[in-house]
Amino acid sequence: MSERASVPKEEDETETETEQDPVTTGAQSVIRALENAGTDYVFGVQGGAIMPVYDALYDSDINHVTMAHEQGASHAADAYGVVTGDPGVCFATSGPGATNLVTGIADANMDSDPVIALTGQVPTEFVGNDAFQETDTVGITQPITKESYFAADSDTVGDNVSEAFALADAGRQGPTLVDLPKDVTQGETEVEPGAPETPETYEVPEEADDENVQEAAEALAEADRPVILSGGGVIKANASSALREFAKEYEIPVITTMPGIGSFPEDHELSLEWAGMHGTGYANMAITNTDCMLAIGTRFDDRLTGGVDSFAPDAEVIHVDIDPAEISKNVYADYPLIGDAREVLRQLFDAMPRAPDADEWRDQCQVWKDEYPMSYDTPDDEPLKPQYVVEQFSEMTPDDTIVCTGVGQHQMWASQFWEYTEPRTWVSSHGLGTMGYGVPAAIGAKLAAPDQEVVCFDGDGSFLMTVQGLSVAVREQLDITYVVLNNEAVGMVRQWQDGFYEGRRMASEYPWIPQFDKLAEAFGARGFTLESYENVEETIQEARDYDGPSVIDAHIDPGENVFPMVPSGGDNGLFALEEDHLDQL
Amino acid sequence: MPGPAPDERMRPKGRRNTQGIRVDPEAEVTHEPRQAVLSALVKHRPGVLSEVSALFSRRQFNIESLTVGPTADDDTARMTILIEEPEPGIDQAKKQLRKLVPVISVRELEGEAVRRELALVKVSGEKPDDVNAVADMYNGQAVDASTDSVTVEITGSKQKIDAAIEAFKQFDVQEIVRTGAAALDRGPKTLEKDV
Ligand SMILES: Cc1ncc(C[n+]2csc(CCOP(=O)(O)OP(=O)(O)O)c2C)c(N)n1
Repeated sequence: MSERASVPKEEDETETETEQDPVTTGAQSVIRALENAGTDYVFGVQGGAIMPVYDALYDSDINHVTMAHEQGASHAADAYGVVTGDPGVCFATSGPGATNLVTGIADANMDSDPVIALTGQVPTEFVGNDAFQETDTVGITQPITKESYFAADSDTVGDNVSEAFALADAGRQGPTLVDLPKDVTQGETEVEPGAPETPETYEVPEEADDENVQEAAEALAEADRPVILSGGGVIKANASSALREFAKEYEIPVITTMPGIGSFPEDHELSLEWAGMHGTGYANMAITNTDCMLAIGTRFDDRLTGGVDSFAPDAEVIHVDIDPAEISKNVYADYPLIGDAREVLRQLFDAMPRAPDADEWRDQCQVWKDEYPMSYDTPDDEPLKPQYVVEQFSEMTPDDTIVCTGVGQHQMWASQFWEYTEPRTWVSSHGLGTMGYGVPAAIGAKLAAPDQEVVCFDGDGSFLMTVQGLSVAVREQLDITYVVLNNEAVGMVRQWQDGFYEGRRMASEYPWIPQFDKLAEAFGARGFTLESYENVEETIQEARDYDGPSVIDAHIDPGENVFPMVPSGGDNGLFALEEDHLDQL
Repeated sequence: MPGPAPDERMRPKGRRNTQGIRVDPEAEVTHEPRQAVLSALVKHRPGVLSEVSALFSRRQFNIESLTVGPTADDDTARMTILIEEPEPGIDQAKKQLRKLVPVISVRELEGEAVRRELALVKVSGEKPDDVNAVADMYNGQAVDASTDSVTVEITGSKQKIDAAIEAFKQFDVQEIVRTGAAALDRGPKTLEKDV
């Protein structure tokens, strides 16, 4: 794992070291700031403008993982942040290095994932002159970060990094960036970076106002058809167990958003799994018919709500969020509770006058579960169904197995047919929907949780976008199982073309797909092919048993589509269960 | 057993409008836009103006004017932003603005806040006395004159400046520059951490 292998270090040399050498350059101050914040891993790619920082990293215990592309560095850092809860860190050089990070930063921003990006920049005297490998990185990234800093001085650059670290983690998590001109990192300084602290202008609410909590609790207790909508913020706030206690105590059905997958166990009788465009029929029925919704840590994305005019149209909304700007942004909140989800859930727990009287409602939810089960056709003679592969894999693995994905149909099947019971086991690109997220995300996830099994479900299109990351997984000997649900198409696009563009499959079919098993072997990974129902379990088992990265090229039914489906901007209650329903909507 | 098809499923009677607010299913409800004067204290440092203006364009808030200048504190600048939006949009604009790291505080000023903007109007110098007479009517004054042109300064409300410019049109207007509004609340009220 160490990239300093050519200069072996005594194993325990650093362990016994208590005093750190004083910093002498801006770059050392940058690394010291990361060390002080507890950074274990950084993901990055070398380059001219970032070289001084890498040079300082040479003497640090922080592990560096060289990625094959900077997009992979930002996605790996993102996944690392999702799995550990602490900011993931990525490095890139100026210009093209920095712009390659942008997709991952934008992705982290949409999903509120904690990421710190450190980018090299041309020396200050060249900034603004269109120097070699110069881009306005701060300008480009300002709209997609919590804050982008331009480090102007060797004496303060360490503080910039400390602050960026604290800010990425504080309140609603998200990405931050520090742009590091080469002269600033090369410059001499003896100033040690300060402790990670958020800027004084940044305020984080902790608890909600007691009176508001009381009113909200009473409204919820009064409800006939209550639901809890648990978003990604519940996981971010480590509020998953508080949510479980609350829901079980007051017997309220729980729906998650897609980023909220894992916040509530899907095998619990109160779980309706997740709602939205491809969510379960029962979750969408419940969300449509509820009269009181306790929504926690969700931003009411349009993939969840469909058209807001038909979203939970009878419901009083209690909205818990740490970011005041999320309140009434998309869906009006009758009871806004601004604060940390775990704190507010504790407050609500104490404030509830009684459990809502909702036996009938829970029965109704059960009826919907029976009426609209998640299912698919599996005649043995048909080509392999992707859902079956996901389901089998899910049954064979422990509860804490981490699932990463690309973006497309495979992502939906992986979210629908895997049973999630633990937080931080579902790692996917939601808000930005970034194809290519899977390969590098699995690398970040595996390094974040080396003792947990990691599987990545990818599409052939998504996989090809970041397949070079396999070289990293091989070099680091990461035990990851990649499953390419191969339909020789960008299937999700093809599904929409068939449904909404009269089957005009412009640029969505990929008959030139490589043989992924051989591609895997070329990278030094193990490759498998899966073509029929017969050897699904056996192949999965072999791939899992292999101690290193393996790729299963699963040739699935190319005609298979994702259902249920709420057409874009549609009414959640009018989801289509099958192709025919689409014409009725 | 597959459940009922889309049009036969259970559904409630309620409805929301496009802003996600529950409304009477029978009545049509739209929120009319109104003008709001937002005043923000920000860290006085490079890039803050672009950060704020980018926020407004990215989120499609309709800015009428935006002015910025230093305050009595060297580290702080004050922005006055006029927007025209329905109520929820104004609320969002305030909250999104507040989220930016260099923003110290944000408030919407009250309706009767003191609002001033400045215009410089350059007109043909052929009839200087007539130009002065019109300037006087609007409490303006000539700040530059040559044989060919007179430049007049006018301050006041937007309406007053609109009216003055209309009046100056009789003199062959050559150039106009206007600032956006600067505004302060009436009475002793100040913005948090303001000086
Ligand atoms: C970077 C990027 N480019 C384009 C898209 C648009 N898009 C969304 S889903 C999809 C299809 C994905 O195809 P594949 O990865 O093969 O997965 P499948 O849907 O076939 O399972 C595309 C092209 C995207 N989400 N991300």
